[in-house]
Amino acid sequence: MISRELLSDAWKRFRRNNLAVIGLCMVVFLFLVSFAAPFLAPYDPTAINTKLILAPPTLNHPFGTDQLGRDVLSRMIYGSRISLKVGFVAVGIATLIGLLLGSFAGYYGGWVDTVIMRFVDIMLCFPSFFLILAVIAFLEPSIWNIMIVIGVTGWMGVARLTRAEFLSLRERDFVMAARATGARDFHIIFVHILPNAMAPVLVSATLGVAAAILTESALSFLGLGVQPPDASWGNILTQGKDNIQIAWWLSLFPGLAILFTVMAYNLLGEGIQAAINPKLRT
Amino acid sequence: MIPLLLGITFISFFVIHLAPGSPTEMQTMLDPKVSMEARARLDKMYGLDKPLPLQYWNWLKRLVALDFGRSFSPDGRPVLDKIKDRMPITILINVLSLIIIISAAIPIGVLSATRPNTLFDKTTTIFVFVGFAVPTFWLALLSMILFGVQLGWLPISGLKSYNFEQLSDLGKFWDYTKHLILPVLISSFGALAGMSRYMRANMLEVVHQDYITTARAKGLDERTVIYKHALRNALMPVVTILGLSIPGLIGGSVIFESIFAIPGMGQLFYASVIARDYSVVMGILVIGATLTLGGNLLADISYALVDPRIRTRR
Repeated sequence: MISRELLSDAWKRFRRNNLAVIGLCMVVFLFLVSFAAPFLAPYDPTAINTKLILAPPTLNHPFGTDQLGRDVLSRMIYGSRISLKVGFVAVGIATLIGLLLGSFAGYYGGWVDTVIMRFVDIMLCFPSFFLILAVIAFLEPSIWNIMIVIGVTGWMGVARLTRAEFLSLRERDFVMAARATGARDFHIIFVHILPNAMAPVLVSATLGVAAAILTESALSFLGLGVQPPDASWGNILTQGKDNIQIAWWLSLFPGLAILFTVMAYNLLGEGIQAAINPKLRT
Repeated sequence: MIPLLLGITFISFFVIHLAPGSPTEMQTMLDPKVSMEARARLDKMYGLDKPLPLQYWNWLKRLVALDFGRSFSPDGRPVLDKIKDRMPITILINVLSLIIIISAAIPIGVLSATRPNTLFDKTTTIFVFVGFAVPTFWLALLSMILFGVQLGWLPISGLKSYNFEQLSDLGKFWDYTKHLILPVLISSFGALAGMSRYMRANMLEVVHQDYITTARAKGLDERTVIYKHALRNALMPVVTILGLSIPGLIGGSVIFESIFAIPGMGQLFYASVIARDYSVVMGILVIGATLTLGGNLLADISYALVDPRIRTRR
């Protein structure tokens, strides 16, 4: 188990790292926005206003309106819920698959290892966006399908990390001790080794949230993700492209939101990395 | 190699065939008068009525002879022909982006590593950080608005202007180049950030090695030390990363080809996926993955070329 002192040490290092704290604040801010969306959004995100179609930013509509006269700011606030959900569920799925396969490969070695790692190699050969697109297009476009597909195509990195950790941990004395007390394989894997292998996985999961949000926005942008009238940052950008000659605000603001979110998780991830692994300096 | 290739074909085939919805369903959905019998006939024509393992086996047999079958779309052309039409422009854009990535990332990385904590280093660090996080398609949109709509310097879609045929040869070349500038720059941006960061990290690590101290101690001037002794060693991991970035580049082509309306492989893939054109989708998946595999192999080989230690170890 990770000892309490180790954690408080890591937290101390994290707190002293300005960029990491900024990243954490940005992430907390995003959480607050999506939880408080109904109170923050000045308008109903799906309310159509035919008198204000493609209106440029004004005081009433700070980010302008879209081609159905809906308030872009309100749609973006609700869109933050989508990216939060997609980010966490997709990464949850990917991390779960990666942890399981990586642990088995690293712990058992031999043919189990060979089969699993070959599978990882094969999956890594596919341009991931091609694979995601191929599956998504055949399914109903819905937010749940997107999360699942992003998850099941994104676990390979976690599997490799976990396997590497297991390879170095399985020969340690505490594993030997556990085995000597008669613990079963599953008990050793999940209770003794896995908690010690979690640190790099945590970092990669945080960075993975950012990647999943980017992928979702690209899919929604291509019209294969979140479907209107539901708002997502990606599908507002699609309208931006359709109205590129007249409505710059439809392209600018949602993209800034994606940029902000992805930077937040990247900062946080690298902050955690530096905190738990102080030797690593880039 | 061979097991990997087999695995690639296996996953491509089953991912697509196990997903709900079939091409004949798409073709007959538009016309409700088409009877179930007609659909069954279509299924039979495409061989979709046979059990999946048998379909896979038949497809694999033809694949060995590089026969990807025919497209399910009304034109019914061989898949390979369709892909061949679209491949050159995608490869051209990707190769140009790779050249830009390499020729910009290496100097940026070296300069910021040899001058740590200067203004240049700090600026590039910020640039790299933003570059990591910025969605490519958004950058494409913004640059289209700025250079295409507001300033009117560059065209924003397609590969040729409407008056392309009337232009002189030089004019044609210039027109073509103008259409390529934005797609190439945008597609290289994301990987550029990553690559210059790796380059910087490698360079920083190498500069602290003993052999660099030795080189300085024996009185070599700083330029020789950096560009001859350090750079070569710092380049090695970059070669691998370059190989690994190929799938990302190919995958990204779907997005920017659809934004810039470039008739390349990405656009063909997108259109085929929407139309559930099984044979084209599988063809492109297999070719894309094989290209990636080839890229990785090439990276391994060049790794061995630049690092003699690897050669002797094997």
